[in-house]
Amino acid sequence: MSQYMMLIYTPNEGGPTPEELQAMHPHWNAYTQSLSDAGVLVAGDALEGIDTATTVRERGGETVLTDGPFAETKEILGGYYLIDVPDLDAALKWAAQVPNAPYGSIEIRPVMVFPEQ
Amino acid sequence: MSAASTAAVEAAFRRERVAVLATLIRQLGDFQLAEDAVQEAFAAAIVAWERDGVPASPAAWITVTARRRAIDRLRRDRTLADRIERLKVLAEREAATAEADGLEEEPSAVVDDQLRLIFTCCHPALAMQARVALTLRTLGGLSTGEIARAFLISETTMAQRLVRAKRKIAAAHIPYRVPADEELPDLLGGVLAVLYLIFNEGWFASAGDRLVRGELCAEAIRLGRLLHGLMPDDPEVAGLLALMLLHDSRRAARVDEHGKLVLLDDQDRSLWDRGRIREGERLLEDAMRRRRPGLYQLQAAISALHATAASPQDTDHAQIAALYGELARRAPSPVVEVNRAVALGRAEGAEAGLEVLEPLLRAGKLESYAPLHVAHADLLERAGEMARAARAYECAASCAENSVVRAELQRRAAALG
Repeated sequence: MSQYMMLIYTPNEGGPTPEELQAMHPHWNAYTQSLSDAGVLVAGDALEGIDTATTVRERGGETVLTDGPFAETKEILGGYYLIDVPDLDAALKWAAQVPNAPYGSIEIRPVMVFPEQ
Repeated sequence: MSAASTAAVEAAFRRERVAVLATLIRQLGDFQLAEDAVQEAFAAAIVAWERDGVPASPAAWITVTARRRAIDRLRRDRTLADRIERLKVLAEREAATAEADGLEEEPSAVVDDQLRLIFTCCHPALAMQARVALTLRTLGGLSTGEIARAFLISETTMAQRLVRAKRKIAAAHIPYRVPADEELPDLLGGVLAVLYLIFNEGWFASAGDRLVRGELCAEAIRLGRLLHGLMPDDPEVAGLLALMLLHDSRRAARVDEHGKLVLLDDQDRSLWDRGRIREGERLLEDAMRRRRPGLYQLQAAISALHATAASPQDTDHAQIAALYGELARRAPSPVVEVNRAVALGRAEGAEAGLEVLEPLLRAGKLESYAPLHVAHADLLERAGEMARAARAYECAASCAENSVVRAELQRRAAALG
């Protein structure tokens, strides 16, 4: 089995309205439940918007804080699922069912495995 | 060095390399390791077969030798996360082989391994360029340098592309398996697209100063034969092989002795390769009998109508236009419409063809697509509008990226102007 992080991106502009997003909640719950029922869910969360983000850097021995995200992008990270499945094909199938797939995108990244010591 | 043992190694390399590699990748779970091990095993064979004679089963000898080399490497390489686990699996495999007295795999397992390799190399999670490179390297056995030269990029860039693709297969766990029945049509379509792209890259040599890169066409056909051998019942696999053979039958006639492009109508049909035409026709007939027509069979049928006509005038253009119509219905594309317009122009007169072409010319989407302007020029010429035809040829010439094609189009424009 391999772990994959599904990074859920939504468009910064032109995506669903807040009402539409509200109406989608049951879909997200059902999807999370289906991951759980299949025994593949390791973790998953939705993130607050980028207007709540703080970016931290350590520069010249000082901690520098920036109010806002790491970079302004057209698509923003809205949440994630961490799943444990046999291979990439299985991960791709789950990703295609993420409720934001029709208007956003899902980036799948394999979790790195370090050599045993 | 005896010629006999060297020839045996070369023959084994040609015949057995893909099968041995495919099986070893499954056993090792690692593309790069398997490739290196197979390479080393063939190198070892040159010495060993000279010394001890050619073994009864060269394939089994190569497989066992390659696996032992891989085990040695795994023992040395401590950076691999799951080396202990992998070594255990391989040790079991070694014991089983010893018990079975060297007999390696069932024939059906060998077929499945090669299919696994093909579907992994053409996996949709890899970029198209990576699929093409990996297919030519792994299945075709071309060297990185050969592939780089065929695609006119540096060897370093091609090497990086291959390394990246193999790393992704390993790190992202792209599976090594034959697709299930329900996903087969989609994934097989992807594999066929890779083979046809390799063929077309050879056939149309999109850039550069040579019109046809025959080595790519030949390689695509070889891979088509391999796939057809593995999936003899699939009509689209047979259809693609037929299509490539029928196109390729005209290779010698398509360029004159000065390297200039010769269009279909002007080709010396005695130069067409009758053997390829017959083979293509036979494959197509067998495929059509299965009554599951698809895009490759339709295109092969069009190519066959050209290939079997005694002259341009004897060609069944009405039937060709109808086949393009069916193609357009199944997979609408402006490129197919351009071809339909040309066929219709021949079957029913230039006006009928121009009528199909007008909306494409007006839409402007294909403005830089040379074949659109070639078709336009051809139809205008047939309609007797020489000045407009010359302008269309000039337009086509300015779009052509291949210098051989561009020269021919400029010549045509000048001849009319």
